[in-house]
Amino acid sequence: MHVTRNHKNSGTVSEPAWVRYLLLTVALAFLALFLLMPLAAVFAQALEKGWQAYVEALKEPDTLSAIRLTLITAAVCVPANLFFGIVASWAIAKFSFPGKSFLITLIDLPFSVSPVVSGLIYVLIFGLQGWLGPWLQAHDIKIIFAVPGIILATVFVTFPFIARELIPLMESQGREEEEAALTLGASGLQTFFRVTFPNIKWGILYGVILCNARAMGEFGAVSVVSGHVRGSTNTIPLQVEILYNEYSYAAAFAVASILALLALVTLAVKTVAEWKMHQTVPVADKER
Amino acid sequence: MSWPSGKNNVLPGFTPALGYTVFYLSLIVLIPLSALFFKTATLTWEQFVAAVSAPRVLASYRVTFGSSLAAALVNAFFGVLVAWVLVRYRFPGKKLIDALVDLPFALPTAVAGITLASIYSPNGWLGRYLEPHGIKVAFTPLGIAIAMVFIGLPFVVRTVQPVLEELDQEIEEAASCLGANRWQIFSRVIFPTMLPAILTGFALSFARAVGEYGSVIFIAGNMPMVSEITPLLIITKLEQYDYAGATAIATVMLVVSFLLLLCINVLQKWSRRFAE
Repeated sequence: MHVTRNHKNSGTVSEPAWVRYLLLTVALAFLALFLLMPLAAVFAQALEKGWQAYVEALKEPDTLSAIRLTLITAAVCVPANLFFGIVASWAIAKFSFPGKSFLITLIDLPFSVSPVVSGLIYVLIFGLQGWLGPWLQAHDIKIIFAVPGIILATVFVTFPFIARELIPLMESQGREEEEAALTLGASGLQTFFRVTFPNIKWGILYGVILCNARAMGEFGAVSVVSGHVRGSTNTIPLQVEILYNEYSYAAAFAVASILALLALVTLAVKTVAEWKMHQTVPVADKER
Repeated sequence: MSWPSGKNNVLPGFTPALGYTVFYLSLIVLIPLSALFFKTATLTWEQFVAAVSAPRVLASYRVTFGSSLAAALVNAFFGVLVAWVLVRYRFPGKKLIDALVDLPFALPTAVAGITLASIYSPNGWLGRYLEPHGIKVAFTPLGIAIAMVFIGLPFVVRTVQPVLEELDQEIEEAASCLGANRWQIFSRVIFPTMLPAILTGFALSFARAVGEYGSVIFIAGNMPMVSEITPLLIITKLEQYDYAGATAIATVMLVVSFLLLLCINVLQKWSRRFAE
């Protein structure tokens, strides 16, 4: 392996070769130990009892229903937060108004709340002892320990993902292009779909893929509101927990491996989207 | 009508867009969060203090904050090292490793949790070598800290990396011309520039670790007073239908999160001013 400095005129400002090799070795060893090993372990343990057992574990009815619920949850959360993200970043990035940075801080709030607390707040509102609990029970509507609660808690934890990606991106692009389109007679929606959207599409993809990964993988918040009813209110991560706690390790890791694959796909798409965004943004900068 | 958005702004849709933003934000985030404070307000002060300062709760704070601090310190060191190697050196597989740094963001916490628990269990891949030397990881605060290192690492790398990338190498060349050796250049020129970003990454990693649940509970063993984290205690109280107790502890956690968020915002402003 050859290690060189990542700079054209190396020599004057570089570490001695042995320092470079030492730093690189320590860094790579750390990453191998803390990132690669867990990743490898998921798949190794999932396939421990062979391919047959792996497929069997995934075909369990409870697992299939967990997969279905996870897909439903993501299918509601991602569009809801995508719509919010686009609308919020339009208001925040294209206009100036007092209290803007405070609003951005509020949008980021769910990131700093512990997942367990995120679930708890919905129990406090919709649970039996909560604000709306008695009314909901009288009308026979179940939110907590049912699918709506899982969706609500997931919307909360994935709330900022798309907005916080789009706000800086749209801010960096300014509003000259939109103004030009409007001056030329385009309607508001035409302007958005023909001018703004092409500029932010990689940012949208980036936000959507991260939002989706979290929506499908959320554990703490969902665990509080789910009630763990097998075959009906278990998402994939909750199913992993149940299998693990029942000591069916191979099955737990088999189900977990779906989520690990999802994580790898997420990283790949994210890297591509990032690369595409870097390609488009400097051009926009140059034009101004 | 004169909106603060300025008379020159011809773009449409400000009022409905901002209106929907505030509406959705209130519905999903603000009203539910306020429920926590209203519920806590129904407790008397004595009840609140009793709930948040019971010995088992205090022990859980010690475990949570102690492990988070240790993990954030480890991440601050190795995060800077990883960022340095990724920015300054060229080596095969660099792009792949760069992408892999975000794995803890993408891998669901429950998956990370059971995987770490199995690696460090007495007959796991690493546990079997550590156990004979008397190093117990699974079911101890050490295991909790390891899980927290895993989930916190990308925060430090991703805050330090852009600062290193934008660092002007001419400054280093100037220092070198003036006779500084490599270590002096690092400690007097490069490190001070990175410091705000390192502190921000440290705080982000710490904040994430404090609230973390999924990746920790499997490796923690969850023994009361020894390896029980505060978020788990909230769930335990809920399962015992002690809503008041759960809410009081959750309020403490939330206030701590807000304070950390405030620190992080101040740190980020500081690093931005540093960059200019």
